[in-house]
Amino acid sequence: MPKDGGIGASSKRREDVRFLTGNGKYTDDINMRGQAYVHFLRSDIAHGKITSVDISGAEGMPGVVKVFTGSDFEGVGGMPCGWQVTDKHGQPMQEPPHPILAQGKVRHVGEPIAAVVAETYAQARDAAEAIVVDIDELPAVVDMKAAVKDGAPKVHDDLTSNLCYDWGFVEENKDAVNKAFDDAAHVTTLELVNNRLVANPMEPRVALGDYDRSGDESTLYTTSQNPHVIRLLMGAFVLGIPEHKLRVVAPDVGGGFGTKIFHYQEEAFCTFAAKACNRPVKWTSTRSEAFMSDAHGRDHVTKIELALDGDNNFTAIRTDTYANMGAYLSTFAPSVPTWLHGTLMAGNYKTPLIYVNVKAVFTNTVPVDAYRGAGRPEATFQLERLVDKAAHELGVDPIALRRQNFVTEFPYATPVAVEYDTGDYNATMDKLEEMSDRAGFEARRKESEAKGKLRGFGVNAYIEACGIAPSNLVGQLGARAGLYESATVRVNATGGLVVMTGSHSHGQGHETSFAQVVAEMIGIDEGMVEIVHGDTARTPMGMGTYGSRSIAVGGSAMVRATEKIIAKAKKIASHLLEASEGDIELKDGAFSVAGTDKSVAWGDVTLAAYVPHNYPLDDIEPGLEETAFYDPANFTYPAGAYACEVELDPETGQVTIERFSAADDFGNVINPMIVEGQVHGGLAQGIGQALLENCAYDSDGQLLSASYMDYAMPRAADLPMYQVDHSCQTPCTHNPLGVKGCGEAGAIGSPPAVINAVLDAMRSGGHDIGHIDMPVSPGRVWAAMHGGN
Amino acid sequence: MYNFEIEQPGTISDAVRALGQEEAQPLSGGQTLIPTLKARLAAPSVLVSLSGIDEMKGVCMDDEGRLCIGGATTHATVAQEAAAHYPGLASLAARIGDPAVRNRGTIGGSLANNDPSACYPAGALGSGATIVTNNREIAADDYFQGMFDTALEEGEIVTEVKFPVPEAAHYEKFLQPASRFPLVAAFVAKFPDGVRVAITGASNGGVFRWSEAEAALSSNFSADAIAGLSLDGSNMINDLHGTGAYRAHLCGVMTKRAVAAIG
Repeated sequence: MPKDGGIGASSKRREDVRFLTGNGKYTDDINMRGQAYVHFLRSDIAHGKITSVDISGAEGMPGVVKVFTGSDFEGVGGMPCGWQVTDKHGQPMQEPPHPILAQGKVRHVGEPIAAVVAETYAQARDAAEAIVVDIDELPAVVDMKAAVKDGAPKVHDDLTSNLCYDWGFVEENKDAVNKAFDDAAHVTTLELVNNRLVANPMEPRVALGDYDRSGDESTLYTTSQNPHVIRLLMGAFVLGIPEHKLRVVAPDVGGGFGTKIFHYQEEAFCTFAAKACNRPVKWTSTRSEAFMSDAHGRDHVTKIELALDGDNNFTAIRTDTYANMGAYLSTFAPSVPTWLHGTLMAGNYKTPLIYVNVKAVFTNTVPVDAYRGAGRPEATFQLERLVDKAAHELGVDPIALRRQNFVTEFPYATPVAVEYDTGDYNATMDKLEEMSDRAGFEARRKESEAKGKLRGFGVNAYIEACGIAPSNLVGQLGARAGLYESATVRVNATGGLVVMTGSHSHGQGHETSFAQVVAEMIGIDEGMVEIVHGDTARTPMGMGTYGSRSIAVGGSAMVRATEKIIAKAKKIASHLLEASEGDIELKDGAFSVAGTDKSVAWGDVTLAAYVPHNYPLDDIEPGLEETAFYDPANFTYPAGAYACEVELDPETGQVTIERFSAADDFGNVINPMIVEGQVHGGLAQGIGQALLENCAYDSDGQLLSASYMDYAMPRAADLPMYQVDHSCQTPCTHNPLGVKGCGEAGAIGSPPAVINAVLDAMRSGGHDIGHIDMPVSPGRVWAAMHGGN
Repeated sequence: MYNFEIEQPGTISDAVRALGQEEAQPLSGGQTLIPTLKARLAAPSVLVSLSGIDEMKGVCMDDEGRLCIGGATTHATVAQEAAAHYPGLASLAARIGDPAVRNRGTIGGSLANNDPSACYPAGALGSGATIVTNNREIAADDYFQGMFDTALEEGEIVTEVKFPVPEAAHYEKFLQPASRFPLVAAFVAKFPDGVRVAITGASNGGVFRWSEAEAALSSNFSADAIAGLSLDGSNMINDLHGTGAYRAHLCGVMTKRAVAAIG
C-alpha cells in the first residue's frame, strides 16, 4: 500500500518547483555590487617551460583592474591533495606541488598561466590576448605505459619519475595468489581500457569571491558538492584564512557527478583576488574551459586474470592496472584507483585470494579524479567482463557461473579488507531474470535476425561500497579528512523544523527525502520540515555529498539529532502532562501518556520550549535545537544485477539498446520515485560511457574531444525505457535507517552489461572477438567485425 | 566574440554594396559563423545580415519545372514548403540538425560554407542544382571545390538555388554520434536520363559524386547493382569517429539504402 507521506512515500520533489520555473538560485545568479570578472589565460601547450610572461600590454587595457601571474602566488600554498597513498614498499606516494597559476612549467592543455581581472568579462578576455607568453615546448607524455619507461620526459622535474605510486593490495597475499594461478585448472585473462570521461554537469563551474574589509572576512560562492571541505582545504592549506573568517556557500548546484567535489584553482584565485582587488571577483566557466579544467574520470588500463578450479569455482584474481592521475593530483585522486577500486575487486564472489596492483601515473593531461562511482565502476567493469569471458571459454552459462560463486553468507569478510554486512545476490539475479524476460530472448533474437540485425543479451552482477566512510578506517588508509556527517535540527516555537545538514543536494532531491525522514519520526506533515544545506555559515561542519553517502551518513546524523529532539520534547511533554517521562509516547505528532487519553500536541510542546512559563527549568534548558554528528561503522554495500539487450546492425556497426533491466538492493528506500530517478540517471551515464563518451588526447597532449562536436553525450533517444526494481531489500545492519545509497549504482552496474550484450550479439554473427573497448562506437564495432582494431 | 558592426540591408544590391567594405562578412542563419565568432576564431569588422532580404526568401516552382529556393530560406521552411514539389529534398532539410538549427540555418549559408559534413551540398550536387548568385549562375558540378571551398568570389552571395526535380530521390545519412552531422550520407536522385549520387561527410575533398555508382544505377536501378562497388578510403576523413576505410564502407551502405528507400 503506497504511503502518501514519510518514509517509503514517493513524495514529489519540492525543489523541482523552483528548478522547473527558472527560480533556482545558482552561483552565477549571484551578482554583487562592484563585482569584477576574471578571465584565465590557459595553456594551449601540453608540456613546456615558461620562459617569460609579459603582462605589460594587458595592464593598460580598458577596464583592467589587475593582472595576476604565477609569481603573485609564490607565498601562497598550492592546491592540496586530500589523500596520501602508501606504496607497496611502504613509501608515501610522490606528491608534486600544484600551483594556482602555473609556475615555471605548463603541464597540461588548459592549465591557467595568468588571470586578468577587469570591469567586464569581455574586457578581461581582450586583455588576456595582449599577454605574451613564451614557452619552450617539451615532449608531452600521454600514454601511461610509455610515461613510466626509463628516459620518458618527466611531468615534474623534481620527482624521481612519472610514477606517483606502485600500490600492491594485499601485498602479503601476492605469493599465495600466484600459487593459486599455478595450480588453476583454468585461467581467463583479459586486457582492457576503462575510457577517460568528462563529467559534463549541466551547470559549468562558477566561483565568486567576496571580501569584507571591515571584518577581514572572506566569502566564496562556488559550485561545490561540499562547501565545508572547500573551506577547510582552501582556508587551512592554500590561503591561510582561519575558518571563522571564511565562509563558503554552495547554493543550488546544477549537477556534480564527482567533478564538483574537488578544490580548484579558480576558487582559491577568486577568494584571493577579491581581497587583493578589494572587490568581488567572479569566474564563470565556459563549456570549452570545462572540458580542459574540470577533473576528468576513469582512464585505467588493466590486465586482469581469473583462476578457476576444475569445478569452476573462482580460486584467485590478479590485476595489474595503470591509473592516470593527469598532470597534478586532484583532491581525492590517489584514493580512486586504490581504496575505492582495489577493495571492490571481490565483487559479489567468494574468491578467496585476490591481489591488486595499481600504478598511478602522471601524464600531461587534465587531472583525473572521482566521477560517479569512482573506482567502483572500474572494478566492476573488469571483473564482470572477466567472469563473462570465463563463462564463454568454459562453455557454461554466464548467470550460472556467477550464481555458483556468489557470496551467500553474511557478514562476509573479503580478502580485500572490507566486510559486506548483508546482501542477497541470488534474489536480485532471480528478479533480474524475471524482469529481463531472459526466457523470451531467443524469440526476440530471431525477430532481429529477420530484419538483418544481430541481437545480444548481456548480464552482470555488481557490488559497491557506499555510505563513505568510517573515519578511523579511512584515516588508516591515508585520508587526510574524517568522513562523518552532521545535522542540526532546529525546532521553532510554532512547531516547524529547520534541518541544517552538512550533506549537499545538487540534484538528488535531499530537500524532499530528508524531510520525509524527520517528518516520519515525529509524525508530522513533511511541509513542516525545511532542509538547509550548502552554507558553512548556516550548517554544522559536514563533509558533503559524494560516494552515495548522503542518506546513509547524512540521513543517519539527522536521525540522531531528531532522536535527541524527541527525547527532550518527551521531557517537556511529561511535565505538561504531569506524567512520568517513561510513560510518554509520541505518535502522529502528539505526545500521550501510555494507557490514558491524556495527550498534548507537538505544537504545544514546542511552544512551551520557547515560552517556558510552565516548564521544568530546573531540569532542562529552554529551546529545542540539537546537533548530531554521525560516523558510520562500516561502508554500506548496495548490490544488484543488470541485464542489457542490444541490437547491432552488422552493416554499419551501430548498436542500439533495446531493453535494459536493473534489479538493485538498496536496503530500505525513503522515496521510491527519487531512487528510480537516481538509477535512471546513473544508467544514462553508464550507457553513455559504454556507447558514446570518449575523452581522447593525441600524442602531443592536445585534447581531441574538446567540445560537443566530438565528445558524444547520451541523449534521450539513445536510451531505452528502463525496467527498474528495488524490491529486493536487505537493510543495512549498521545505520539507523537500514539504507545503503543509490546514487552511483546505475553508472557502476551498466557498462559491463552493455559490453557483454554487444559481444554476445557479435558472437551470434560469427565474430567471437573476446573483448571490445568502450565506447563501442559504430566504427569500432565495424572494425572489430572486420579484423581491425 | 569581438566587437563588430552589423548592417541589415533589405535588398540584394544593398547587401552586395555593404559587403564591399573592408573585412565585411555575410551573416545568414549563423549556425556556423556565430559559434565561430563566440570562440573568437573570426574577427570581421562588419557583419552583413542577409536575413532581412525578402527577395532571397521563399520556395516556388519556375516555368522549367525547377524548384527554386531563395538563399535566405530556412531549412524548416524548405522542409514544409518543398514537400509537395520535391519530397526527397524536403526530407533532407527536415533532418538537418535540430529544430533550433532548422529554424535559423539557411540553404544559402550552408552552400556558401560547404562544410564537408553538411547535408545540403549533397542535395545540391546530387540534384544537379544551379547555384544562383548576385551576378551569375553556377552549376553544382562546378560550384563545390573542396572542403569549405566553393566557386564563390569575395563578396558574392548565394541568392537562390534551382533544383531540377527528379523522378525520385532519397537522402540516407549515418550520424556522427557527437555532433550528429552526417558521418557519411548519400543523396541519390533518379532522373529520366540517369542517376546522380552525391556523398557528403566522407571525403577530405568535401562533397563528391560517386560516378561508378551513378553508372551502375543508371543501367540498373537496384541495390544489387552497386553491391560490388567500393571506394578508396585512403583519402577519406580519418578521425575519432571513424577511419577512412569505415567511411568508404559506409558510402556503399548509405547509397544502397537510399536506392532501396526509393524502391
